[in-house]
Amino acid sequence: MMLHMEGVHAHYGHIHALRGVDVTVQVGEIVTLIGANGAGKSTLMMSLFGKPGASSGRIVFDGEDITRVPSHLISRRGIAIVPEGRRIFPRMTVMENLLMGTAFADPANFNADIKRIYAMFPILEERAAQRAGTLSGGEQQMLAIGRALMSRPKLLLLDEPSLGLAPIYIKRIFQIIRELNTEHGMTVLLVEQNAHHALRVAHRGYVLQHGEIVLAGSGQELLASEEVRAAYLEGGH
Amino acid sequence: MSAVIIARHARTPAERFKDAAWVAFVALLLGIPMVGLTTVDQGGALTVQTRFGMLGAFVGVSFVGRFIFRWIIDQFRNRRAAKAAVAKVDRTPQVIKLIGWVVLGASVTMPIMFSDNRYVIDTATTVLIYVMLGWGLNVVVGLAGLLDLGYVAFYAVGAYTYALLFSHFGWTFWEALPVAGAMAATFGILLGYPILRLRGDYLAIVTLGFGEIIRVILVNWTELSNGPNGIGSIPRPTLFGLPFDRNPAEGTQTFATFFGIEFSGMHRIIFLYYLILVLALLTNVFVSRLRKLPVGRAWEALREDEIACKAMGMNVTNVKLSAFAIGAMLGGFAGVFFAARQGFISPESFTFTESATILAIVVLGGMGSQMGVVLAALVLVLLPELGRNFAEYRMLLFGTAMVLIMVWKPSGLLSSREPTIRLNKAAATGGQP
Repeated sequence: MMLHMEGVHAHYGHIHALRGVDVTVQVGEIVTLIGANGAGKSTLMMSLFGKPGASSGRIVFDGEDITRVPSHLISRRGIAIVPEGRRIFPRMTVMENLLMGTAFADPANFNADIKRIYAMFPILEERAAQRAGTLSGGEQQMLAIGRALMSRPKLLLLDEPSLGLAPIYIKRIFQIIRELNTEHGMTVLLVEQNAHHALRVAHRGYVLQHGEIVLAGSGQELLASEEVRAAYLEGGH
Repeated sequence: MSAVIIARHARTPAERFKDAAWVAFVALLLGIPMVGLTTVDQGGALTVQTRFGMLGAFVGVSFVGRFIFRWIIDQFRNRRAAKAAVAKVDRTPQVIKLIGWVVLGASVTMPIMFSDNRYVIDTATTVLIYVMLGWGLNVVVGLAGLLDLGYVAFYAVGAYTYALLFSHFGWTFWEALPVAGAMAATFGILLGYPILRLRGDYLAIVTLGFGEIIRVILVNWTELSNGPNGIGSIPRPTLFGLPFDRNPAEGTQTFATFFGIEFSGMHRIIFLYYLILVLALLTNVFVSRLRKLPVGRAWEALREDEIACKAMGMNVTNVKLSAFAIGAMLGGFAGVFFAARQGFISPESFTFTESATILAIVVLGGMGSQMGVVLAALVLVLLPELGRNFAEYRMLLFGTAMVLIMVWKPSGLLSSREPTIRLNKAAATGGQP
């Protein structure tokens, strides 16, 4: 088991953002969390990093309890995050951005890792010396994913990777996620508002509502489920 | 790169020949009726005569003319293409580097040319103090993006550390220098801790308060700092133990007697100038090196996006504190030099105006730009000096100049940023086939 969250509660000040959440991610799986705005998706992801920390419950990653581990040490254990809104370093070059992802990785792997990332995203190699802020939204998302992969994570967290991207890039990003999983065996936890795409690419999914898991199942099941269709698929999109 | 483009546009001699021959053929076709045949009035009757010589010349001129004309056009086109290709490569870093070497050369030779002009060298020394302070503050503000309005506090800590170490324990300049730097760094961390969670405006206000606290303590803690009266007769630095005095003390030598030259008050002034030049250059090398190390990149990443830094597993606390500590240490070094140069310090030298000036140098120069700091320090110190003739309008002029610079160059005089890591050659060519 890669990740196991058990009865996790989390608070933002007085707001009870997570109310006893149980989430499991197996090795080699793509798991997605869907839910409306403010359902607690991003909170769940951030609580993995201890910001906000779980006020009760347990988070176990790769066999070790990380509930009380300081934030900056968690990523060194093999969790990498592609934060919401990409959050690349705009005035630094593409290459420097990738380098930042390796802050705590073995420098001996740098050359091999950067080649791997460039092979995955050739556009990043072309733009290596360019300021990251000059990339398009989709390219920035690829850079954010590349940066996260530079640390050779065991688990990759993606927070709303399709947010604010052109439709062609949305397709491309989900294709990348699938490739990462099938070709590189990456375990992925994906938070998305774009339920349709997310459920199609995921092995399993959880539906989050008001800080609670209201539904869980395989991607196909959830896609077919009446509740999910009514609430997340046929409404807004 | 330009070679490729020329090759793509250039014609082979055979092609040129064919092109010109084609034009000559057209000229021949047109030329037969227009040039080759002519009517001549022969006793009232028109007769047609041939002018094959003229026609031959016409075709020949067309051929050669076309050949030359085409060649000139190609030359222009190639030059434009080459220029466009060159323009794509950003030359700014090279230009800045060149300016740097020129400025360095000028600053090394300057005292030789003005060896009898105390005013010029004194002013240049002041410029260099500000350059050094600017480079120190650049670490905090320019690289780490932490707006510090109380930087002068560390300058004061450095200056007072030396003054007190001398007056209580008789320490010399060189002994006090590292201790004062460490002291300032400690104060930097002390300031850093309570404000770790603050950013932007809030951070600025707290640092402003910190700067004032240090000054107020220096004014009021009379037993320690001698209050507003300041501390005087601070000894000047020596050159490996050789003082710059007129008369050597019993059994010792001065700079003048050691080298067997006549004593001149200018020796000390010039020595101080070179001393601060060396200190400033060391600062520059130190900061440039740090920038290319992981800690320097972490500072810049912190400036760009703190949340992303945390997500990368960076210990933001340490990154911030290291920026504060190193910036403060450099300010402390500058403070020691200031105390030694003036021979007298009082809290009046460390008011908020100083902090504002140093910050203005960093911002005006272009945040994070080392060369920009030099140019901005020159502007900010020399402008008021040059403006002395304008008496009461001096500061007005100064303010106007600053506003104008910020209007024309909103991101500072030199705002381009040099990458801390470059592609190696193989990767570069691989990216652009």
